[in-house]
Amino acid sequence: MSTVPVPGLLPPEMIAFTASPATEPFWLAAREHRLVVPRCTDCGMFRLPPAAFCWNCRSEAVEWVEHDGAGDLYSYTVIRHPVIPSMADVLPIVVAVVELPDTNGCRVVGDLIGCDADAVQIGMPVTLDWYDVDEGSVPCFRPRA
Amino acid sequence: MNHQGRTLKDRAAVVGVGATPYYRRGRSLPQTTMDLAIKATLAALDDAGLAVEDVDGFALYGGNFVDTSLLAQVLGIPSVRFTAGLTGGGGGSAGSVGLAAAGVATGMADVVVSLMTLQQANMRFGASFAPKGAGSAGAYSAPSTPEYVFSSNAGLMAPGQMFAMLVQRHMHLYGTTRDHLAEVAISTRNNAIRRPTSLMQEPLTRDDYFGARMISDPFCLYDYCMECDGAVAVVTTTPERAKDLRHEPVYVMGAAQGGAGRWGQAITWMGMPDEMFATSGHRPIAKDLYAMAGVGPEDVDVALFYDHFTGMVLLQLEDYGFCGVGESGPFVADGNIRWPDGGLPVNTHGGNLSEAYIIGMTHVKEAVEQLRGTAVNQVPDAEIALVTGGPASIPVSGLLLHR
Repeated sequence: MSTVPVPGLLPPEMIAFTASPATEPFWLAAREHRLVVPRCTDCGMFRLPPAAFCWNCRSEAVEWVEHDGAGDLYSYTVIRHPVIPSMADVLPIVVAVVELPDTNGCRVVGDLIGCDADAVQIGMPVTLDWYDVDEGSVPCFRPRA
Repeated sequence: MNHQGRTLKDRAAVVGVGATPYYRRGRSLPQTTMDLAIKATLAALDDAGLAVEDVDGFALYGGNFVDTSLLAQVLGIPSVRFTAGLTGGGGGSAGSVGLAAAGVATGMADVVVSLMTLQQANMRFGASFAPKGAGSAGAYSAPSTPEYVFSSNAGLMAPGQMFAMLVQRHMHLYGTTRDHLAEVAISTRNNAIRRPTSLMQEPLTRDDYFGARMISDPFCLYDYCMECDGAVAVVTTTPERAKDLRHEPVYVMGAAQGGAGRWGQAITWMGMPDEMFATSGHRPIAKDLYAMAGVGPEDVDVALFYDHFTGMVLLQLEDYGFCGVGESGPFVADGNIRWPDGGLPVNTHGGNLSEAYIIGMTHVKEAVEQLRGTAVNQVPDAEIALVTGGPASIPVSGLLLHR
């Protein structure tokens, strides 16, 4: 569990777990290192971030489907300049947008760790990992072999 | 789409524009935001040949840093008959003039002021999505929301970091390069340095560009607009009234605001449909705008694109149909957006990048001056000007003006 800044990851004190009834199951599962994505049980559409209503059919009926988080890098940026001063000690941070296969295009945003920031490429395969802080866990990614 | 003949076209005219001097972030002190707002409003009314007593409406946007209530009280407006604000942020700059035109065209008001006032002494737009308490106290103020933590927990807290994602994907899909971004930065700077109002007065070289520090890949320092203080006001009235005022009227030819629902919050959620991701979100706006105006991109003489980041100018060139999807890089590399020789001069005033960042209202002012024929970097015989607000979350907005 991290209470001190780790290079490449957002400082723990900047992590927030602001939740609504619709999003809370995501963060509860995250504590158990499970990535879950809400899926409408009426029309089958996945959605992220979680919302109380399906954007496709407005149904409130939902199931939480576990996903292994393996996907391809959809886009990324490398934060190199601490426009927010308290991030200075952990830069560079590679922020990844990862599209989850078989979820009608749902994407997860997380830090990409365990690789050279200058070697990151869109399309590279990544695997899910978890960044544990006092209040909970947030998804992050590593290159997938 | 059937509007049953309802249209804003030629039912309102922009008759006055005015601004304070532009300042680097925080340098406008000890003036207050209200001081800046009133100075710009008085300048715009003077430009129009109208008096404060003529004003009966306000059309604002971008969080309305100055509210109508105090503005009207301090100015001594006899009667406010129309006061409206676009939702969202900087995406509403062009749209606020469309909103003013709607107020005028429907008879709710006769003389409407659109206004942006910005003073960043106690805040910083460059980190405008950072949660409270992050970094130096008071400088960051976005509330954490159940939706936003899905991207902020990865560190996405600055607009530049977010738009970098869209442009990075555009580079991947279409082979767009940093040279293409540099062309936007350099051509815009070349326009700025001819204007005394510009905060950037030195030429920008290719070496300067590639020697600058990277902020958030693929954006370096010069891909970013500035953080500024200042105010710009725009006065809109009826075509009938416009005929008797100080300048030749500039008519609202088309106005549109909004965007695709699933564009939504765009940069803070990153879940836009794949076909929208590497765009500016402006395609629906462009379609409505051209349809209302009855013209196409080939008819536009000068384009004032909201340029918070160089790459988003490229994506707007595509979304407004000036080149094909994915072709904006080669389009700018061919010199097309340069003033005076390019086929489509862009941001002749120096833009947010190099003149001043007053959340897009300098672009409206420049469009009006181009169509009056009084611009510093005048496009010869300019008849139709395009102005955009955003890219941003909904709304983005656009405005077509003609003389």
